[in-house]
Amino acid sequence: MACISPDGKPTESGTRMLRALKSGLGSPEEIAKEAGLPLFRVRSGLRELTQAGLANRKDESYELSPKGGELLGTLST
Amino acid sequence: MEEVRERVTSLPRLGEPAPAFEALTTHGVLKLDDFKGTWLILFSHPADFTPVCTTEFIAFAEIYPELQKRGVELLGLSVDSVSSHIAWVRNVEEKTGTQIPFPLIADLNKEVSLAYGMIHPGQSKTETVRCVFIIDPNQIIRTILYYPLTTGRNMDEILRIVDALQTTDKNMVATPANWRPGDMVVVPPPNTQEMAEERLKQGYECIDWYLCKKKL
Repeated sequence: MACISPDGKPTESGTRMLRALKSGLGSPEEIAKEAGLPLFRVRSGLRELTQAGLANRKDESYELSPKGGELLGTLST
Repeated sequence: MEEVRERVTSLPRLGEPAPAFEALTTHGVLKLDDFKGTWLILFSHPADFTPVCTTEFIAFAEIYPELQKRGVELLGLSVDSVSSHIAWVRNVEEKTGTQIPFPLIADLNKEVSLAYGMIHPGQSKTETVRCVFIIDPNQIIRTILYYPLTTGRNMDEILRIVDALQTTDKNMVATPANWRPGDMVVVPPPNTQEMAEERLKQGYECIDWYLCKKKL
């Protein structure tokens, strides 16, 4: 997975996406802008984060899941 | 006969939707859909750790900033593993200082190669030839280039084609031979006699009614 390492920790790009999601519900375009990543990487990354239960999809937008928030919390400390 | 026809009709053609794929790459699993809304250059190379391909990769990396200015992403492909791609990309950076910023598809099962007609058995039964597919934001194939195994691609021409396609889309014009940005463009030929007569009064630079050029 490009966003989550085999040890379960998010990669640098995964962390940037989780941080972008923390600011609220966002479209892939908004998250790409906020995270400073190419749109194709964000679309692919959001699939991974959603499959891993770290993000939730609502229509065409995404938000941080409680599990994603927990993981992000451990990274900040 | 039936088999040959099937094979021919299954090849992608200009003006048709690019074949969908989901592939393992050096940037994770990517789908063609992930590139929707941006231009995409999907290109294949014969194999990692080979001389001509290495020069091409450095050249693609060099034009990448120019492509980005034009809203174009790059996606490479060969019938090699992700581990091989990673090792090669790292080797290129270590030996030449050039970072490869774009993803590479590891097409070991040849699924994408076959869908895009990248394997030409007369050249090699196992390696992809040097293909370039320029795909527009609506995921329509706009240009296909094939180069033989022994001939490295011309990056100036790839940039020139992108410029020409984007100019055509924006201004509803065509571009003449050897056109470069800033040169005059070709006004589409008229469809009726009335249009042909009007055309000659519109201040275009015309050789005759069917070949008129204008500045943008």
